[in-house]
Amino acid sequence: MSILLDEHTRVICQGFTGKQGSFHSRQMIEYGTCFVGGVTPGKGGSRHLDRPVFNTVAEAVAAEGAEASVIYVPAPFAADAIMEAACAGIRLIVCITEGIPVQDMMRVQQVLQSYACQLIGPNCPGIITPGKAKIGIMPGHIHLPGRIGVISRSGTLTYEAVAQLTANGLGQSTCIGMGGDPLHGMGFIEALQAFEDDAATDGVVMIGEIGGADEERAADYIDQHISKPIVAFIAGATAPGGRRMGHAGAIISGGKGTAASKFEALADAGVCIEHNPALLGQRMKERI
Amino acid sequence: MLNIHEYQTKQLLAQAGIAVPRGMLVEDAAAVASGWQALGGELVVIKAQIHAGGRGKAGGVRLCRSLAEAQAAAEALRGQPLITHQTGPRGRVVRTIYMEEGLSIAREFYLSLLMDRDAGMPAFVVSAAGGMDIEQLAETSPEKILTMLVHPVAGASAYSLRRMGFFLGLEGDAFKAFCRVAGQLYEVFMQYDASLLELNPLVLTTDGNIVALDAKLSVDDNALYRQPTIRALRDINEEDPREREAAEHGLNYIALDGNIGCMVNGAGLAMATMDMIHLKGAEPANFLDVGGGVTAAAVREAFRLLFADTQVQGILVNIFGGIVRCDIIAQGLLDAVADGDGHLPVPVVMRLVGTHEEEGQRMVREAGLKVIWAHDLDAAASSIVEAVRAAEVA
Repeated sequence: MSILLDEHTRVICQGFTGKQGSFHSRQMIEYGTCFVGGVTPGKGGSRHLDRPVFNTVAEAVAAEGAEASVIYVPAPFAADAIMEAACAGIRLIVCITEGIPVQDMMRVQQVLQSYACQLIGPNCPGIITPGKAKIGIMPGHIHLPGRIGVISRSGTLTYEAVAQLTANGLGQSTCIGMGGDPLHGMGFIEALQAFEDDAATDGVVMIGEIGGADEERAADYIDQHISKPIVAFIAGATAPGGRRMGHAGAIISGGKGTAASKFEALADAGVCIEHNPALLGQRMKERI
Repeated sequence: MLNIHEYQTKQLLAQAGIAVPRGMLVEDAAAVASGWQALGGELVVIKAQIHAGGRGKAGGVRLCRSLAEAQAAAEALRGQPLITHQTGPRGRVVRTIYMEEGLSIAREFYLSLLMDRDAGMPAFVVSAAGGMDIEQLAETSPEKILTMLVHPVAGASAYSLRRMGFFLGLEGDAFKAFCRVAGQLYEVFMQYDASLLELNPLVLTTDGNIVALDAKLSVDDNALYRQPTIRALRDINEEDPREREAAEHGLNYIALDGNIGCMVNGAGLAMATMDMIHLKGAEPANFLDVGGGVTAAAVREAFRLLFADTQVQGILVNIFGGIVRCDIIAQGLLDAVADGDGHLPVPVVMRLVGTHEEEGQRMVREAGLKVIWAHDLDAAASSIVEAVRAAEVA
């Protein structure tokens, strides 16, 4: 078991024939993902990486039964690509693209409310169910199939946490990078709910960062609804106020969104907080 | 976020039909003299143009009742650093002076629009306590602030504008004028992909006009590709030269106050690395995310930047290579060292894990560079803090 993604999930790629799309699609195929084709407008009818290319997502859904899509389309066109996937009936949309204007994401969020789909990202590494399938750019080899869920706002820091879990002999059920943008799809609450309901997940590592109030809201939710052990780290305890720390959403504004406030909210909700990002694997091992 | 100057924001507001005081840039005393005449020769305001709030309290905004006073104020500010609570202790050098007509003010309000990330839509923030620090006001008297979300499908609807007007206690023509200005402000906010558009204060003059007395605009960096007007208003003098240089090489760099330089791939891991250094009893000199598509040339620039920074007494390289290849990081380091005297100028701890890690480590070893190797994050942070302490003692 796992959440959202397994070896049967039929995946396509938007921006398939581009440099990024080609490189990562090949890696996804090599990992064993059920990768059924891709979309590049104007190149429909051809083949790429031994898979069919379609002009539209709707055609890929009709011809291949695509149910998940990963998007590598450049930022000016990425919002349109997300909406195309939603409109075509894709159930899981993973947007890797970084740099989408906030106003574009605002429209995307409004539009997606009309469709039964889950967006992950943008500006994220994607989702992986180790040993079964991956959708995104994470290095597959650091993962180990197992029973710990991972949900994170970061990319490489997620890899760091996963590598620690693996080193401690703790495999992962599913790992999700929700992305570093202020307006995004799946958040902590949706992921925690899915992990709570997943019989094959025993605990969750949660990685937040400064900016916004996602972690504080997640803490309220955890307090009410989550019974499984959670180990949490918040990046940016040493970040200065008013500066954007790499991610568009990682900013302390007007004294709000500090690491201290997030750590405190999570601790109050009974979460095992860890201030040392090198000890996440060890802490989870102690809790399981 | 890209910020533009007050006078530039006011030009955009005026184009959208929002009233602003008459004014002009004044390059020298002669320009102040001709401006004084043009503005009526009674009361002017001399305003330092820097990208930081708190100018009024810091003496960067001066009311002048004579030409001599105006000329003296302009010359006192020009070329001098202005230190406000947002500039840091070194302040910002004032390069541009703006002169405006003084107005007779009946009431001052606060009006802004910002992108509310939790709601996923813009929000108006309004208060009758204009000219105050809004963050402080939110702490002490939250009841004096009204926040109105703007649903992007509906736009700035008439009912929400009315609600704000009534909240401010306005009536008659002033009420109508305020509603019109707030609606226009929303149009400007959307047109320029703003993250923040703030009028503090927006004033009601004694002759019944609603005028934007101060104005601040911050624009979403991700949208700059489609905002040529804003791009043209960028003032590079307002940016940290190290951060600007790094950005030109595709590096994400922010200068901090500590003495341990960092080079990391990924924003989250870069922040976590800074936090680790702090946990080990030292402070980071910078945030530096080299990004996913980094080249050896960019890594070389990043090392040059750190080597050139006299504040940096040691460097922690923490690479967890997924997309980033460890051999590229190694090549960048070798090139940067070759640009200098062939030696590492400060202790360097390297953690190179992931794609092509053996090759990266071999390249550094074969070049004979005495870096300190670390295999995990905890050991890496401990090692650099100890190495810097040891170097200080020696």
